This record gives sequence, structure tokens and C-alpha cells, in this order.
Amino acid sequence: MLRRAFPILGVLTAALLSYGLYEALIGAPIEQSMGEVQRIFYYHAPSAWTAFLLFTVNFVASVVYLIRRSIKADILALVTAEVGVVFCTVVLVTGPLWARPVWGIWWTWDIRLTSTLVLWLIYVSYLMLRRFSSSGQTPLMAAVLAVFGALDVPLVYFSIWFFRTQHPQPVIGGGGSIDPKMLQVALINWAAFLCFAGLVSWSRYRLELLQREVEETEALEALLDSGGAP
Amino acid sequence: MKFLYAAYTATWIIHISYLAFVLRRYIRLRNKIQELNQK
Repeated sequence: MLRRAFPILGVLTAALLSYGLYEALIGAPIEQSMGEVQRIFYYHAPSAWTAFLLFTVNFVASVVYLIRRSIKADILALVTAEVGVVFCTVVLVTGPLWARPVWGIWWTWDIRLTSTLVLWLIYVSYLMLRRFSSSGQTPLMAAVLAVFGALDVPLVYFSIWFFRTQHPQPVIGGGGSIDPKMLQVALINWAAFLCFAGLVSWSRYRLELLQREVEETEALEALLDSGGAP
Repeated sequence: MKFLYAAYTATWIIHISYLAFVLRRYIRLRNKIQELNQK
């Protein structure tokens, strides 16, 4: 069903991404104090929200894996961590590019920025563990790491509520205020990123599932070749 | 303006690089499946 709908969803996602890009660069009003550079917000914030959502799915999938030892949950955890790291990388790259002209500095070790960097490092470590560990316990260790790593997600989000920080207040559910048209453009881009992340995650999930089937077949073949079959 | 374009360009470079990584893995896996089928 989803396989047949994939090309249609792909075209719709591309259209939504194009519309989001147009609205972000041309349609949205110019912010009074920051000027054109504020438009980075339409990619920076939705990328962060998408990364948070993916890391939350990774947390849920890891918990499911710890309880049921489900291979599908393990693959979902891997895939969401991978795509989440991609979006988190976008946040860490676009943030300094926005900060430099507005704050006059590329980076500051304030709580929001530092906790985001730590979040990225945790999930990069998670992917490194999965990539380079050959132990049979790797999915279990990765799931435990993911559960602890997910604790940083609320810390990143709520850090600007509880600590003095240079970072602006959140525009959704926080003390920050925003022009309704700007919020609309941000939400359009978030919807586009969610569709994009969903499609990429689904493709990666299918690929990982196939990869494991091939590895199993290869292992079985090697066993048969060595005459070790029961 | 250069910072704005740099941010948008960087975003798409990151996404396209990841898509290229997934595509490369897919091609490698497809070749492996072909090899297994030939055996």
C-alpha cells in the first residue's frame, strides 16, 4: 500500500518543500530588527522540532525493544536516530549562521546551544556504537543509551524557560511572540520537513530490513558451505 | 543576505549528502542480492 503511494507522497513532499522555501524566502514578512537574515528561522526552528520528534520516536522504539526485543522496533530506533542526527546537524549549522550577524558571534556556551550540541553528540555516539560494535548485545546497549540520551530532549527544549540564555524564547508554547504569518510559514516548513523525514525514514527502514535479511542469508549460506548445518 | 543563503544552501547540502549515503547503501545491497542470486 505505502510502496504504491510512495511516488505520490514523494511528489507531494517535493511540492510542499518548494512551497515552504518560496514562503520562507519571499512570502514571509521581513522582521523589523534582524531584517532578511531572520528568514533562517523558517529552516532552523522546524528542523529542531523535527529532530526532537524523531528522537522521541527513537526513545519509544528503544523502550519497546527493551521490553519485547522486537527487531522492527530496533530498526525504527536506528533509523529515527540517523534521520534525527541529520536534522540536528542542520540546527547546529544554521544556528551559528544566524547568530553571527545578529549576536556578533558564531557560538556561545549557553545552556540552549550547549545542550543541543550534547544532544547531537549523544546520538552520534549512538550511531557510532551501532556501526562499529560487533557484539550481539549492541541493540540492547544502544537502546539503553537511547533511553538516557532522550533525557536531553526536554532539557534542550525547556532550558530557555528555566535558565537565563541568549537564545530567543520558544514561539510555540513559550513566552515568545511572533507575527501570525511568520508562524504560518514556520508551520508549513515543519509540515514539509515532517513529510520529508517520514519518507526518508521509511526508505531507510525498508533498506535496513532488507540488509538484515541479506546478512541472515549470507550467514546461513556460509554455515551450509562449511558443512555445519544441523 | 550571504548568511541567509549560506544557511539554506548548507541545509540542502546536508540533506542531499544523507540521501546520497542512503542511495549508495541501496546500490551496494542490490549488488549483493544479485551476487547471492547468481550463486
